[in-house]
Amino acid sequence: MSIIAQVESKYLKKKIPNFGPGDTVKVHVKIREGDKTRTQIFTGTVIARSGSGVGETFTVRKVTSGIGVERIFPLHSPNLSKIERVREGRVRRAKLYYLRGLTGKSARIAEKRKVTKK
Amino acid sequence: MILGRKVGMTQLFDENGEVVPATVIEAGPCHVVQVKTPGKDSYAAVQLGFGKIRSKLVNKPLGGHFKKAGLEPRRWLREGEISPEEAVKVGETLTVDIFKVGDKVNVTGTTKGLGFQGGVRRHHFRGGPKTHGQSDRLRAPGSIGASSYPSRVWKGTRMAGQMGNVRQTVKNLTVVAVDPESNLLLLKGSVPGKIHNLLKITLTKRGIGG
Repeated sequence: MSIIAQVESKYLKKKIPNFGPGDTVKVHVKIREGDKTRTQIFTGTVIARSGSGVGETFTVRKVTSGIGVERIFPLHSPNLSKIERVREGRVRRAKLYYLRGLTGKSARIAEKRKVTKK
Repeated sequence: MILGRKVGMTQLFDENGEVVPATVIEAGPCHVVQVKTPGKDSYAAVQLGFGKIRSKLVNKPLGGHFKKAGLEPRRWLREGEISPEEAVKVGETLTVDIFKVGDKVNVTGTTKGLGFQGGVRRHHFRGGPKTHGQSDRLRAPGSIGASSYPSRVWKGTRMAGQMGNVRQTVKNLTVVAVDPESNLLLLKGSVPGKIHNLLKITLTKRGIGG
C-alpha cells in the first residue's frame, strides 16, 4: 500500500452504500448553525462520481421550480450522515451531463429492471 | 529543523468536516552529524544527516565524517540554524515528533525544473496580437526598454530563460497531522518540487502553535 493510501485510510468511511450514476438518492447533510447541528436532506439524481480515495466526490442534480440545482458532495465527508438509494436508474454512461440540456419528459431516467427468473 | 522527502498530496477532513488540502512528507529520522559553534566554525549551525545510502556510494572522506560522529552514512547532509532551546548533541536523533499539530512551519526545497521558457509562460506576458498583419509576434515579449536613453537593456528586465529548479521557501504552513510511527508529517497546502524532493522543514520564528 502506498504511503498516500495509508494516510487516507484513516479518513475513509467504512461503509458506503452501493450507488452510481442514474440512481436517485437522498443525501443527509449535517448543517451547523451556531452550536446546533441539524440534518438537511438533498434528493436528486446522481449524475457523476469522480475521483478516487478520500477525494472521491459525487454530483447530485435536482430540478427545483424549474431551476436545475447541482451539488457536489465529498463521498467520505463526515458531514454526510447518510446516503440512501431511493431508485435505481438504467443509464448507459458514467457521466450524465447530458441531463443539463434536457427538460421535462426527456430528462427522465428509466428504472433499472430487476432480473427475475422465469 | 528536520529533513524530509515529499511523498505527495491528498486531502483530509478537519473537525468541522471541511476539506483540508494536505501535503504528505516523510520527515526524518535525522541524525546530528556535526554541531558548528561560533568559536570554532565562526557561525552556529547544526548539520543533519537523512536517508539511507549504500556504503558503496560513500567515499572515504565523507565516510570518515560520519564515523567521527559515530553514525551510519546518510544520503543527505544539510545544515541549518538552531535556536538555543533546541540544543542538540552530535549523534542525537531528531524525529518528526518535534512538531505538533497546529505548529507553523517553513518548508524549503527545489522547485520543479521547467527548462528554458518564454516570457508568456515565465512572466505571464500577454504576447502579441494574432491578427492584423502580424507575423512571428504571437508570443513575443514586446519592448524591452527605451531607445537613446539608456541605450541598453536594464538589468533584471524580465525575459525568457530558465524557469524553476530554484531553491524556494514556503512560509507559515500549518501542521495538520503528525505520525511519529511512520515518520509522516502532514502540512496544509503545497510545498516546492516534485515527489521525492528533499525538503528542509523548520519551525517559524514565532514558533509553536502559530
